[in-house]
Amino acid sequence: MKTSKMTFLGLFTAVAMILSFVETLLPPLTSALPGIKMGLPNIAIMFILYRIGWKEATVVSIVRVILVSLLFGSVISMAYSLAGAILSLSIMTLMQKLTSFNHVSISVVGGVCHNIGQILVAWAVTSTAQIVYYLPVLLISGSAAGILVGLAAGMLEKRVPKIKF
Amino acid sequence: MKKKDFILIGVIVALALVLLICVKLTQKEGACVVVKIDGIEVATYSLNVNGTYTLNGGTNVLIIKDGFAYLSEANCPDHLCVKQGKISKTGQVITCLPNKLTVTVYGAEKNDVDLIS
Repeated sequence: MKTSKMTFLGLFTAVAMILSFVETLLPPLTSALPGIKMGLPNIAIMFILYRIGWKEATVVSIVRVILVSLLFGSVISMAYSLAGAILSLSIMTLMQKLTSFNHVSISVVGGVCHNIGQILVAWAVTSTAQIVYYLPVLLISGSAAGILVGLAAGMLEKRVPKIKF
Repeated sequence: MKKKDFILIGVIVALALVLLICVKLTQKEGACVVVKIDGIEVATYSLNVNGTYTLNGGTNVLIIKDGFAYLSEANCPDHLCVKQGKISKTGQVITCLPNKLTVTVYGAEKNDVDLIS
């Protein structure tokens, strides 16, 4: 791996971590539902997915989740976030490679998949199937957040000049 | 934004709304709550009997009052389970992920369990 690329990925891991932190400062939309988040780090992850590739995006995403869980969350929350992040990135990669959907669509599907992944892990850990009743509300909030994140990612993609590695 | 992007997002939101309405319509007044820790059912409490119960050796405190169940105390850092508020309808669930604890409302068909506990 070239030094310039390594630096770029390190920089974007930091950006994703800062976005995770900024997200914790935002007032919760509703306290009744845990798991409603903006998904701001996805702006950085999508940028890498478009500019460099899915392997690099996966590495940055996983490193981000591990570091953020250790810094601001707990080891248990790491499992939920990892499941969400991996499912979300897999689907976003497939959509970006195989379809012509734009940033906003990919971000919405990514956000929704993040929620689904988290719910599935929560279901597995607690063996309480009723947890899926959270899903409809999470899908709506995930779509709304995904639209904003997708618009931001699209703007970033358009405005940041292409770098050659 | 192209037409198909609008369609995709529209379909996701519409699907979520339909699911939400289905969930709301099928919910009935609950009869009891079941407490699960680590996936194993540990206790059942009737919603008609007011009471305060210490769960999981003191990590969470469950209160049942006037047909509603809620967690009043938790030892986890985020207290999300306490913030989830009161539940009373079938299928509603309070989740405490750090302690792997859930409190789920069941309907009248679970009454036989009530008698045993």
